[in-house]
Amino acid sequence: MSLLGNLTLDAIPYHEPIIMVTLAVIGVIGLAVVGLITKYEKWGVLWNNWLTSVDHKRLGMMYIILALVMLIRGFSDAIMMRAQLAIATNGSEGYLPPEHYDQIFTAHGIIMIIFMAMPFMIGLMNIVLPLQIGARDVAFPFMNNLSFWLTASGAVLINISLGLGEFAKTGWLAYPPLSEMSFSPGVGVDYYIWALQISGIGTLLTGVNFLVTVFKMRAPGMKLMQMPIFTWTCTWANILIVASFPILTAVLGLLTLDRYLDFHFFTNDGGGNAMMYINLFWAWGHPEVYILVLPAFGIFSEVISTFTGKRLFGYTSMVWASGAISILGFVVWLHHFFTMGSSADVNAFFGVMTMIIAIPTGVKLFNWLFTMYRGRLRITVPVLWTLGFMVTFSIGGMTGVLLAVPGADYVLHNSLFLVAHFHNTIIGGAVFGYMAGFAFWFPKATGFHLNERLGKYSFWCWQVGFYVAFMPLYVLGFLGMTRRLNHTNNPDWNIWLYIAALGAVIIFVGIILQFVQLYVSIRDREQNPDLDGDPWNGHTLEWSTASPPQFYNFATLPKVHDIDAFTDMKDKGIEYQAPDEYLPIHMPRNTAAGMQIAGALGIVGFALIWHIWWLAIVGSVGMVVALIARCYASDVDYYVEPQEIAEIEQAHLANVATVKEELV
Amino acid sequence: MLIRKLGYSALTASLLLLSGCEGGVLDPKGQVGIDEKYLIVVATVLMLLVVIPVIGMTLYFAWRYREGREQEIYDPKWAHSTKIEVVVWLIPIVIIAILGTLTWYSTQKLDPYKALEHDHKPITIQVVSLNWKWLFIYPEQGIATVNEVVFPKDVPVEFKITSDTTMNSFFIPQLGSQIYSMAGMTTRVNLIANEAGQFDGISANYSGAGFTGMKFNAIAKPSEQAFDEWVLAVKHSPAILTDERYAQLALPSENNPVDYFGSVESELFNHVVMQFMGTMDHHEQSEHSAQMHMQAED
Repeated sequence: MSLLGNLTLDAIPYHEPIIMVTLAVIGVIGLAVVGLITKYEKWGVLWNNWLTSVDHKRLGMMYIILALVMLIRGFSDAIMMRAQLAIATNGSEGYLPPEHYDQIFTAHGIIMIIFMAMPFMIGLMNIVLPLQIGARDVAFPFMNNLSFWLTASGAVLINISLGLGEFAKTGWLAYPPLSEMSFSPGVGVDYYIWALQISGIGTLLTGVNFLVTVFKMRAPGMKLMQMPIFTWTCTWANILIVASFPILTAVLGLLTLDRYLDFHFFTNDGGGNAMMYINLFWAWGHPEVYILVLPAFGIFSEVISTFTGKRLFGYTSMVWASGAISILGFVVWLHHFFTMGSSADVNAFFGVMTMIIAIPTGVKLFNWLFTMYRGRLRITVPVLWTLGFMVTFSIGGMTGVLLAVPGADYVLHNSLFLVAHFHNTIIGGAVFGYMAGFAFWFPKATGFHLNERLGKYSFWCWQVGFYVAFMPLYVLGFLGMTRRLNHTNNPDWNIWLYIAALGAVIIFVGIILQFVQLYVSIRDREQNPDLDGDPWNGHTLEWSTASPPQFYNFATLPKVHDIDAFTDMKDKGIEYQAPDEYLPIHMPRNTAAGMQIAGALGIVGFALIWHIWWLAIVGSVGMVVALIARCYASDVDYYVEPQEIAEIEQAHLANVATVKEELV
Repeated sequence: MLIRKLGYSALTASLLLLSGCEGGVLDPKGQVGIDEKYLIVVATVLMLLVVIPVIGMTLYFAWRYREGREQEIYDPKWAHSTKIEVVVWLIPIVIIAILGTLTWYSTQKLDPYKALEHDHKPITIQVVSLNWKWLFIYPEQGIATVNEVVFPKDVPVEFKITSDTTMNSFFIPQLGSQIYSMAGMTTRVNLIANEAGQFDGISANYSGAGFTGMKFNAIAKPSEQAFDEWVLAVKHSPAILTDERYAQLALPSENNPVDYFGSVESELFNHVVMQFMGTMDHHEQSEHSAQMHMQAED
């Protein structure tokens, strides 16, 4: 056994030009970033204000930056796959052999769901939720920082697999027995396991953290049924996280035992049963899609009611519809494998349960409609994403219900129809929601506006590109094309594959425009400031703070009497009342412990992937030491003095006054 | 009746959309596939009854109540109407109730394990998924084929399916239902061809590097006589599928050509299933224990 376990120089894929060029590009960009930070002497700022920050707003922005970086990676995978399938027709082999292609579709799935969508959602929740309930931070700010670094650790591991070894060639579900040692002896599945495990722990901690925050830290007077709707949908999502992520942890743990210690939970022989993995995986996997989409539903609700200048229609219905979706989300997992040979009664039960989810979802759509009714809708970028969602998601929901009919699923299962369906709901539902939320809360988080025109261009590219890319997949599903094919030989399919590839290019333009928008907006930030912190005439408490919010969020905790707490204050004319005196505010100190613990765990994961046992031990010891050190750290908090608070608040109120004067 | 009419008109529309394209699940050649296509069309039309108005209302409301149309009523505090709430809950409930009923009965009817209602006694074909090819064993005829399965039209076929490797899904899109193939157990699907012809057969569940080439031809012969002639021809093939030959065949290979075996070890299928079952080597238990396995999962 060598010192580096199974790790040798052969693990670097020299012979793969695509990978080597990618690595070179990543290297150049990385060096450029390091160079720029050094040139502008920003290392101190980066370390003190960001990497070690326990401020939920900063962490939220770091989550979103991680999500955007991973979006580039995941989308590169996507466009490579579409290109392969557009080239590899009529029996041609294309440019990606199965060896490489099979890793790409696996990585695409995991990266987009676990490292793009989840961090995006959690980032928005981080920025907004504590502000919406009038809290100064989350319940456990340090744990929040640790959650972020655990997610980042997992993301780092999955990206290391690009240049060192391989990623799983199993599909993102990693179904055994294919993912067992006997069929996948390489390190790919181990990368998969540890990247998911480590980030999964981070997500679980986030769920716990935000549930406690919502239940214990609401502003005085805010009843549960007065929480803003986005907070409510996040709360349902967090309940789902807490209930479902342990299942993922357990099922991956069992697979780990199979792979590392020759257990037989899911193997073909020795009494193993792969069907158990499939059940457990989806018992997590189905709630997971609601974890992604429920907060997006909340965002749409906020956006529609804000930009239509109206209260949300049917708030109570919305809350309970979300609750119904959450609970039903746990009793439908079997619809992912109607074709596994269950009895007709079992399949029919799970099919009907799945359809029932369409009821609360349909109610939500109607409630958004009636929120627009008798409103004054301002067609801004977040509204465009929302309208795009309402149209697109209706179609995705419909195809989902169709797949829930077992008799239809028997012929559509695993086909490109299915692929089209879940992209229809995840892009048209979750991602559109995050984009709406990104544009909606961007001024709040940063203090300046996004470029509206580029935002609209980007939206239209996404919207049009989506239809061009995915509607052909529905057709291909009907034509009998199954998913994960490396090449095809059916002339009837070609035209649809070409159109789909074109759609991916249009979406690509949309993504580029988004980054251009970000660049232009940052460049012109001085011209487009959000001075008073309430750019959209918002309803909820986050808009009552400055943009970006004061690091302590609220100088005095607001008193809440209504769902639309800030509108209520505006109606009463007390929205910017300064208190008689400010009291000291208790704040947590920044800490590097989260980075240390998550970094050590990342090293453990890496060591286990390559069977470098000594390093795994060193990493574990390091992690425990960092944890104990943190537990005994005494200098973890401080007080903001009233003098400092008064100065900050007066500056904010002066800004508000300036804006008001300009309006007059 | 209205639904049926709407169903057919939508069907025609979708067929027009896909005109010129043959094959696939909207061009079924067997009763199971025809029923499933009909189910897809009816369910889609039912849902479109809600989805189209919702999309239309979305665009209409957004346009009508947009900023700058001062002639429209603006009611910023209006957020509740019991009447509307009842209606918006009821509409999806009614549609789902209809669809749920349809689902319950169609699932019973289309249960892949259920023998098809037909005058003719079904023939049995055993299917083994290997890395990366399909082995078909005809226990009644005593022959075996690789990547080609042949049966007469208008005769129900009961496929008994297992895997000697990872999980695959046995699927002939134009005939209907697919079912997973899993090691150590037997799954089943009952299909029939209403027309003679050659159809694409695939694995519909990713199973590793050679997955893409894991295709087979499904050939429905025009008559039982033609099928018998084909069987006789295969019987003349000198290759014999013994346990040893099978072990060779089971080794990983990609894009396998069609192959015929004039005779086959009679208990081969059971051996394949039972090899994973540890000490229980009595073959009669195989089907039983595999079934128990499935039922336990249910």
